[in-house]
Amino acid sequence: MIKKEMIAMLLAGGQGSRLGVLTSKVAKPAVAFGGKYRIIDFPLSNCINSGIDTVGVLTQYQPLRLNTHIGIGIPWDLDRNRGGVTVLPPYEKSTSSEWYTGTANAIYQNLEYMELYNPDYVLILSGDHIYKMDYELMLDYHKANNADVTIAAMPVPIEEASRFGILVTDEHNRITEFEEKPANPSSNLASMGIYIFSWPVLKEALIRMKDEPGCDFGKHIIPYCHENKQRLFAYEFNGYWKDVGTLGSYWEANMELIDIIPEFNLYEEFWKIYTKSDILPPQYFAENSKVFRSIIGEGTRVYGEVYNSVIGSGVMIEEGAVIRDSIIMQNVTIGAGAVIDKSIIAESVEIGEGAVLGVGEEAPNTLNAKVYSFGLVTIGENSYIPPRVHIGKNTAISGITEASDYDNGLLPSGGSIIKGGADR
Amino acid sequence: MRAIGIVLAGGNNKAMKELSSRRAIAAMPVAGSYRSIDFALSNMSNSHIQKVAVITQYNARSLNEHLSSSKWWDFGRKQGGLYVFNPTITADNSVWYRGTADCIYQNIDFLKNSHEPYVVIASGDGIYKLDFAKVLEYHIEKKADITVVVKELPPEEDASRFGVVRMNPDMRITEFEEKPIEASGNTVSTGIYIVRRRQLIELLEKAASEDRYDFVKDILIRYKNIKRVYAYKLDSYWSNISTVDSYYKTNMDFLKKDVREFFFNQYPDIYSKVDDLPPAKYNPGAEVRNSLVASGCIVNGKVENSVLFKKVYVGNNCVIRNSVILNDVYIGDNTVIENCIVESRDTIRANCRYTGEDGKVKIVVEKNERYNM
Repeated sequence: MIKKEMIAMLLAGGQGSRLGVLTSKVAKPAVAFGGKYRIIDFPLSNCINSGIDTVGVLTQYQPLRLNTHIGIGIPWDLDRNRGGVTVLPPYEKSTSSEWYTGTANAIYQNLEYMELYNPDYVLILSGDHIYKMDYELMLDYHKANNADVTIAAMPVPIEEASRFGILVTDEHNRITEFEEKPANPSSNLASMGIYIFSWPVLKEALIRMKDEPGCDFGKHIIPYCHENKQRLFAYEFNGYWKDVGTLGSYWEANMELIDIIPEFNLYEEFWKIYTKSDILPPQYFAENSKVFRSIIGEGTRVYGEVYNSVIGSGVMIEEGAVIRDSIIMQNVTIGAGAVIDKSIIAESVEIGEGAVLGVGEEAPNTLNAKVYSFGLVTIGENSYIPPRVHIGKNTAISGITEASDYDNGLLPSGGSIIKGGADR
Repeated sequence: MRAIGIVLAGGNNKAMKELSSRRAIAAMPVAGSYRSIDFALSNMSNSHIQKVAVITQYNARSLNEHLSSSKWWDFGRKQGGLYVFNPTITADNSVWYRGTADCIYQNIDFLKNSHEPYVVIASGDGIYKLDFAKVLEYHIEKKADITVVVKELPPEEDASRFGVVRMNPDMRITEFEEKPIEASGNTVSTGIYIVRRRQLIELLEKAASEDRYDFVKDILIRYKNIKRVYAYKLDSYWSNISTVDSYYKTNMDFLKKDVREFFFNQYPDIYSKVDDLPPAKYNPGAEVRNSLVASGCIVNGKVENSVLFKKVYVGNNCVIRNSVILNDVYIGDNTVIENCIVESRDTIRANCRYTGEDGKVKIVVEKNERYNM
């Protein structure tokens, strides 16, 4: 019988709706990050670097990009004879069929998968954080405490604490109270959504709570374990950990990578981050190109100017184009003479020549002021921006737009153009 | 495709000087992200050849490391796959490979145990893109015994380090001079051949029985009047990297738009072993013009008309001009490098100056202790 001490279950089915048009076609874990990576590369690389070779990836929302990215797990050395990576979509059962209705419900629906490996411990991860963490150390801590559940946690500023699950602990780090998104937090130790469960405890809780609608770890399973007087411990983590759930935090986390010595260092030999790379050639800089404080992926051709930006692989930046403070994902073409300021441009977008992005004063977005703020221009994948249009701040564009979509050639700050059928 | 492939990657060459003292020529890094043998292997893979043998001998360690997994070229198959043949001692053989024919002959079981009717033979030091299926079609159409892929060199290039061929109007090869003192023409053999498998077995066994070991001298030239030896003209880019000057020039060719687009942006792709390196990073002070930069590089200085291979670190105020910097080189602050090839894993101190004089390319080998700096 196969026996794995610890297996990982990676929740990658969420839409991440606060990323707006960036996730209209892909699940959040598949969104590009840091020039050549996708967000899911970070937890997957952490797994293999921590010695975990069996990972179930739970997908639901728009899984195509994730499926093709993960494949049989070759980039992460997760192509194994026993174990390896398995993509776990929701499926039809003889008695019922339902989507994954919550984080714990998704895990519950895959009890069989976990049983297959006969684990002692199960690690629950989410596919939307940027960090490097050795889960083996966390497991050692779990064992040393003889814990039933260990929750990774980090201190956050108290004013932000109400966005998280908050842990109150005693002097031995044992959790005495658990508050999910409290209005008045009584501690600043926030759960990072990373759990190690002793397998019998997890199994019992999942089965017991299976009829809970939208069964969720933070809302149901952890409180259930707590009420049953199980040994819950907090594992304090003080390294770099970033939730890239909003456009603002996503932009910031990318921009931090271009600091001279970034807090999150991709250049360390130890703890490499792996990804599937399709594009191999080196990048080319033309005679009149300029580059300053930027990171740039493979095969990108720079004929224009790039300042303070994160540029993906296979990007074409034509002559006279200027890019500042922006994130450009892979296979984008920036037309000659275009000026791009503080924008996030998703994969395979084409920007017509002479287009100007990020002009004028800020104004609140009329479609969704909460999502499209931070002064950013956000363009969804496969979009087309016609030549010489001007686009203001806090704007969102998705689809093949035409010159007639822009009044007098301008999309003012706060405006949006969302078109269907962005297939080209 | 109805052929198996053989890549000859065993050769050494004094013309590569220090660069080949620790690696086989087929393992020479090329164009920032590749190694020389990737071109032959990718061409075979893209021509749907499923079974390929790489024959190595000289300094094979770096090459074996590069070939440690066959999946990068899509050779990780149950049918066929990638075979690496190093010289071995057996009950009836205890010699090294004595030549290009002998190295195939010593592995003749590979030929005998295959069922594909044709064999494509290529060398590991050519930089080109070629659909072998087209060459095979031509080979069959000409009813040839051996087809040699040839290239017309530009008149200014010296053909005397190659095999120089002459053809009749039907493209049958009538003259073949290996490395002549003075070249009588500028059409040269690229070292790429197609032969029927049974024909090749027969020719190799005959040569071996007469103690002849060289494919060109003892098979091509010796049989050219008896067998039908035809030339197939390659019209796109081809270059052989086996001298320092041609190695340097080949890398510099990739700074030309047409060459770069041909290899990097036109289908099909060239594959290579994937290194998990982060994107290249440009700090304040970086100035990059007409240059190629591979992943994992960190640039703080000036780079002009140069090729930086993977994981090169360029310090503050450095000037790198007309140079090829191989993998994993560390260059300390304020150093100037001009017209040089810098050997991989070099560590170059701050405030140094290396320049190749009078149009000559200088090879820099500097093994300083990196972590004491």
